[in-house]
Amino acid sequence: MPLFISKRDTDDKLRRKVMEISGQNFQTCFQCGTCSGSCPMADHITVIPRKIMALLQLGNKKALEEANTPWICASCHTCMVRCPRGIDIPRVMEALRLLKLRRNIDHVELKKIKPEEVSDLPQIAMVSGFRKMTS
Amino acid sequence: MKLSYYPGCTLKTKAKNLELSALAALKALGIEVDELERWNCCGAVYSLADDDLIHLVAPVRDLIRVKESGHDTVMTLCSMCFNTLARANELMKHDEEKRFTINTFMDEEPDYAGEVKVVHFLDFIRDDYGFDKLKEKVINPLTGLKVAPYYGCTLLRPREVAIDKPDNPSVLHRFLEALGATVVDFPSSTTCCGTYQVLGAPEASLRVSHEILGDAVRHGTEALALTCPLCDYNLGRRQDKMLEKYDDAGEVPVYYFTQLMAIALGVDPGISHFELNRKSALELLKARNLIKASA
Repeated sequence: MPLFISKRDTDDKLRRKVMEISGQNFQTCFQCGTCSGSCPMADHITVIPRKIMALLQLGNKKALEEANTPWICASCHTCMVRCPRGIDIPRVMEALRLLKLRRNIDHVELKKIKPEEVSDLPQIAMVSGFRKMTS
Repeated sequence: MKLSYYPGCTLKTKAKNLELSALAALKALGIEVDELERWNCCGAVYSLADDDLIHLVAPVRDLIRVKESGHDTVMTLCSMCFNTLARANELMKHDEEKRFTINTFMDEEPDYAGEVKVVHFLDFIRDDYGFDKLKEKVINPLTGLKVAPYYGCTLLRPREVAIDKPDNPSVLHRFLEALGATVVDFPSSTTCCGTYQVLGAPEASLRVSHEILGDAVRHGTEALALTCPLCDYNLGRRQDKMLEKYDDAGEVPVYYFTQLMAIALGVDPGISHFELNRKSALELLKARNLIKASA
């Protein structure tokens, strides 16, 4: 995916908001790619974590909005324990996810879950899934 | 020895085979547990946002209940409960500002400042009971059973609550060795199974789980031992879906680590409720004469 940088696309407010909610300084990311190489969900995300960090540094709101990465991130923290810059990437993903959830954009529709699935799933799957992907 | 115990919701319903086998195994070791008289959901996942404190109220309340019960340590079996309780505890211990806000919000509860210690069953056995002592209690060793230890995420990450080294753990290896099993090491033993993404991205979590099982089999395992009810769902109960979708999928018996422990300690297999596992789990134990064929 080529990255086009234009002043029109940069949003400093978004960058500051993500820093505030996540408490993380993603400006220190030096693009080593360890996070993306460690990510178990890498095949299913549209933008790998390393690129999310770059987009945040640039404040590229549109590309960040379109990425499915924060929704597919399983918060397994593998990237975080391996990050040489000590960035807690799952916190950054949570911030990006929350910015959508707080605008009432849910990822999981409760009504679409079939009753047989509800009775089969362990409670911790339901509780954590709703906690992470619904507002 | 009496130990304060926080079960969590799933252990009372879908993962009875985890709770009942663990409690029976502890009893065989002479350890009694004292389940908290009152407890509520831990929240299952820890909140990662700096401006979200309300989700910490649930785990902190549980920790207050432990303190009230007069115990200084609480033991958990569910990996997710362990993670949420341990992280909430760390925050209450170290973040003065957030501790003040949470304590002020729960003004009818006694103040809490991280006084309780949160342990998981596995680090309790390792640090307080000891693997050598466990080995002595084994009367039905799992000799010849090739088991791969699967850790998942929440016991090892993040670092501040990890019960072992996040990238090179050994606690479950040593636990299974003490039970007499042949431990099969495999690279994916700490790879995430896809967790709650079974709700949001079911295909993605199915693929990750399938790859983990495939990796374990390629390294010569016959069975997987795991600790978390959500891992059990993804890696064990969703094997039917894997068999439907992937040509190279096969049956892999999946056990809770405590079920294998109970068998090794000679506990009546009925207590471990193998009917809640895949059929292959009980069949393998019978084929190896670890359980009488009539059971």
